[in-house]
Order: sequence, then C-alpha cells, then structure tokens
Amino acid sequence: MQTEQLIERLTAQLEPVRVLRAPAWRALLWLMMVAAVSGALIMRFAPLPAILPRLAVPRIAVECVATALTAVTAIIAAFQLSVPDRSPRWLWLPLPPFLLWLAASGLGCLRNGLSLRGPNGFFGDSPHCFAFITCASVPLAVGLFWMLRRARPINALPVATAGTLGVAATAAFVLQFFHPFDVTVIDLALHLSAIGLVVLLGTAWRRPLLDASIEAGRVGTA
Amino acid sequence: MVAAQAGDRAAYSQLLREVTPFVRALLRRHCSHPQDIEEMVQETLLTLHRVRQTYDSKRPFSPWLGAIAARRGIDGLRRRLRVARYEVSAELAGYETFADPAANIDIEAVRAAGDIEELLQRLPPRQRAALEAVKLKEMSLAEASRVSGQSVGALKVNTHRALKALRALFQDVSK
Repeated sequence: MQTEQLIERLTAQLEPVRVLRAPAWRALLWLMMVAAVSGALIMRFAPLPAILPRLAVPRIAVECVATALTAVTAIIAAFQLSVPDRSPRWLWLPLPPFLLWLAASGLGCLRNGLSLRGPNGFFGDSPHCFAFITCASVPLAVGLFWMLRRARPINALPVATAGTLGVAATAAFVLQFFHPFDVTVIDLALHLSAIGLVVLLGTAWRRPLLDASIEAGRVGTA
Repeated sequence: MVAAQAGDRAAYSQLLREVTPFVRALLRRHCSHPQDIEEMVQETLLTLHRVRQTYDSKRPFSPWLGAIAARRGIDGLRRRLRVARYEVSAELAGYETFADPAANIDIEAVRAAGDIEELLQRLPPRQRAALEAVKLKEMSLAEASRVSGQSVGALKVNTHRALKALRALFQDVSK
C-alpha cells in the first residue's frame, strides 16, 4: 500500500477522541483509589495493636516508607512512560526507594544474624507472604493496566516493568500491616521472588495487556 | 492536531501530509533503504493514528511525533536485523545446493552487486536518480529527464558527479 493511500484511509476512519489527562493526574487517581481500598482493608482486618508499636521502630518505619515510595514512584513512572514524548529516564525513578527498601529489609535479616529459621520454622509464614503479594497484585494490575492501556504505549516494556513493580510494591506495602515480625532471609527471598514473578508475568503479557501491538492498527486499515 | 483530535478530517489529512516528509527525514537516520523507510513511515502514521489521544496541546508537537517515529525506526531496524539473521536472499539461496566452483564466482558477483546497491544509497537522491536512469536502466537522456523530473543538462552533470562520488566511495571501501 502506498503512503498516500494509507493517509486517505486513516483520514476516512478518523473519529473524535477524548484526550487523556496528564500522566501525573492519572497516576494520582489510581494511587488514591488503591489507598482508599487498602486503607479500608487494613483498618478492618490488620492486627493493628501488634503492628503499630513496630512502626515506631526507625528501621521498620524506613522499610515501610521505602516500600510505599517504591510503589508510588513506580506507578508515576508507568503513567509517564505510557505517553510517547516522556523521557525513558522515568524508569529509574523507583530505583532509589527500591534500593532503600532492600537495604532496610537486609538490615532486618542481619539483625537476626542471617538466621534462616524464623519463629515459625524454616519457611514460617513466607509461603503465605508469597501468595499474598502475587494474589493481591492481580486485581491491582488489572486496574492499572486498564488505565494504562488507554494510552496504547508505543514501547510497552518499560511501562509494564514499572507498572508491575508498582503493583507488587503496593501489595508488599499492604503485607507489612499483616506481618508483625522481622523478615528472615527466606522471607526476604520469597518477597523478592513474588515481586520478580509479578514483573515477569506482567512484562511477558505486556502487548495484549497494554493494547500495544501495532497489528491492532493494521486491522483497522485493512 | 487538536482539530484532528476533535474529528476534523480535513485538518487531519493536511497534518498527515505535512508531517510525512518530516517523518521520512527522521527515519533516514535509522535506515538508508527506501522501501524500508517507507514501511517505517507508514507504521509511524499508523501509530500516530492509534495514540492520537495522548497528544497534549500544552506541549510541543514535534517531540511527540519524533518519539513515535524514533520508536518505529528502532522496531524497523530490529526487524531488518532479524530477517538478515534468519533469511537468505533468493539470489544466494539458489546456489546453496550446488558444488560447482563457478557458483562461488556468481555468488561473489551477487555480493558485489549488493555492495554497489549499498554505495548507491549513500549518493545524494538527485545524483542517484540520474545514475540509475541513464547508466543502469540505459534510458535515453530525454526519457530519463521525463522520468526523473531533471533537465537534460542537470542529468548530465548529476550522472558525472554520481560516477565521481561512486569511484571515491569504492576507493574508501577497498582501503
């Protein structure tokens, strides 16, 4: 097909579109919705009398804040990257809080003398944590990808990477309110494995999830 | 673009026609093969159509369009590399089953033709058009003038300059 013919077809198919709001505004909207739902679940189901004294410990407070910041910055990065003219460097935004989170968690492991065995045995509650992060990430990712796919990102990989890191970090943040004990090495490894799995699955299915395939555009012009 | 987002077809048609040469110029940085460039131009226009809701009128248009073209340019290059890695051109594939030593000579000839094709792509467009019409397609000057849109005088000058430039390019390559 000649370029001139393509222009004629695209012109003939033109329909008015609703212009997307600024990425930062859309990120804020998603974060506010998630904060409202997570807040309600935490208030209703979390063992707050056991959790609140722990949050007064600086190391645990830093870990908690770093997890929340990783989630917030990764979600902002995903929305920014979903629009064509934004810098790819947005992808690095969640890196500092993510490293801080890892450092704070690692410090917790060191404090326990790198013990592999927690109060509840070798694996302890770690499999539950793994299941919590992966399962809680699913509805969060569905909502996030539903909003992100409206932009039809031209480069889906960084969007999916930042987005899935954001939902996994959100799930890990909520988990801290149901996790009233220090992390062991096994805990940390399983938390990171769960995040890795969520990122891996999200990036593997990025094209259908984000409606990012150019083939969809071809169908319209066939 | 704002009018196109509102559904104004005349404005959209004008926009697409005006941006096409700009997109083509951007994509020449990624590729020199005219057919591949045209394919990338079309993919850029398709993508522009699909993501037109993401254009924010408070921001400049060129970086938005440039980012789309650059992305499609990179995709096009990757596709080309993939094809080059796994596929053999029809001319070369024909020799794969022959043990005849003469076939190797023919393969060298085909490769040389491929090299010439690449060097031709490096010539300025008017010189390349003149050389292709007058020397490669062996058209008469009048016929070549009609096809290329250049005057007979310009054709002679451009053919001469193209041969000179090609000779210099060959010397560079063989060093």
